[in-house]
Amino acid sequence: MNGESGTVYTETVIYSAPDAFAADVPYQTAIVSLDSGGRVTGRILGDRVAIEDRVAEVEVRDGVPFFRKIA
Amino acid sequence: MGIGKTPFGAFPDRDLRSLAVEAGEKCLRNAHANPAQVEAVFLGNFAGPAFVGQNHLAPYVSTALGIQGVPATRIEGACASSGSAFFHAFTGVASGVYDIVLVAGVEKMTSQPTPRVTEILASAGDCSGEIKAGSTFASLFAMIARRHMYQFGTTREHLAAVAVKNHANGALNPDAHMRKAITMEQAMAGKPIAEPLNLYDCSLISDGAAAVLLAPAERAHEFTDKPVRVLGIAQASDFVALDQKPDITTFPAVRLASEKAYRMAGVRPADIQLAEVHDCFTIAEIIALEDLGFAPRGEGGPFSLAGHTARNGDKPVNTSGGLKSKGHPVGATGAAQICDLVLQMRCEAGERQVPRHALALAQNLGGSGATCVVTILGTI
Repeated sequence: MNGESGTVYTETVIYSAPDAFAADVPYQTAIVSLDSGGRVTGRILGDRVAIEDRVAEVEVRDGVPFFRKIA
Repeated sequence: MGIGKTPFGAFPDRDLRSLAVEAGEKCLRNAHANPAQVEAVFLGNFAGPAFVGQNHLAPYVSTALGIQGVPATRIEGACASSGSAFFHAFTGVASGVYDIVLVAGVEKMTSQPTPRVTEILASAGDCSGEIKAGSTFASLFAMIARRHMYQFGTTREHLAAVAVKNHANGALNPDAHMRKAITMEQAMAGKPIAEPLNLYDCSLISDGAAAVLLAPAERAHEFTDKPVRVLGIAQASDFVALDQKPDITTFPAVRLASEKAYRMAGVRPADIQLAEVHDCFTIAEIIALEDLGFAPRGEGGPFSLAGHTARNGDKPVNTSGGLKSKGHPVGATGAAQICDLVLQMRCEAGERQVPRHALALAQNLGGSGATCVVTILGTI
């Protein structure tokens, strides 16, 4: 799945998280509509994104896709 | 039909079983019934094993109530667990397998610290996808809210109006967890939880139990002189993962269950006089208003802000305070919604009593919409 790109369908910034993610707070998650079809829930690195922003997958950690905004 | 519930709140000295037993005993007493008459028990509970380390909960509770030998079954459907227990109890009575069935719902949540509660609640989502990515339940509904705002122009003010209204109702409910009215300013400025949701958009982490006794209509007079009839009921399902849903601004399971329940009852959304809907987050109440047909699609926010759902509005919603203010002991919520409607329908709702209460609807949602039970009640 590496190298996927897509469009942000929806997103949120999380401030209250379970212990496993507490160190990352605040962090952004998004549901991304992939150009190749379907949607995935992933994390956003770097700049915050909004609905309709274009994003590219930059890495996958333990099956979780991490996206970055395409400038 | 009988009802019984514990107050909702944080009760460090109470265990799960004592809460369920208190609700069950109150319910049997309310129905002038004795344990030996109960032919089956359906217990709604979401996460007893994770919250308190106890499994095999249905006989654990039923025997403590003095109910011996009969089928005792736990039903798990996330936050819709006891709504689903009620649905399954109804099918048992309607099919003639049983006459007298006890439905109970219970959750003991406050013995765990909040981060652990958040983690346990998240297990009602897709643990191989969205949850692994760091989603919490608040964040799933936050993403729903974001999209609803984007598509329909729903605002922070609309969300806050739901919180203010439910807190105003809960302040009048002696059994509510948080008996405190809040202002629009407070509701707008709560601590952020998952943008755009703040603390006041989220339901409470509570302990509590609720129970309902079901009997065939022709035997209702043995138990109460104020019988309430189940006119329609349906349960529906959908994807667990939010990212699998084609449109997250509507809950197909709510639409399906409500359409079936309306058809079974022979009524329309406009006929419903009051409702208890599943406001686990403020946005969930707004979407429920739309999916249940009370407000046009996309207009649940303005409908709420305009006061239609207030106690003195034309469609009172969550006169109990809802999950937001009454509290949300997850597994008890569905049964508690039924109890709260029955109180209104019997004119026993005290200061929060509404004048029109002959036809009522309960909507109990599990997870981010994967399970929904809709029940329509009428006074005979």
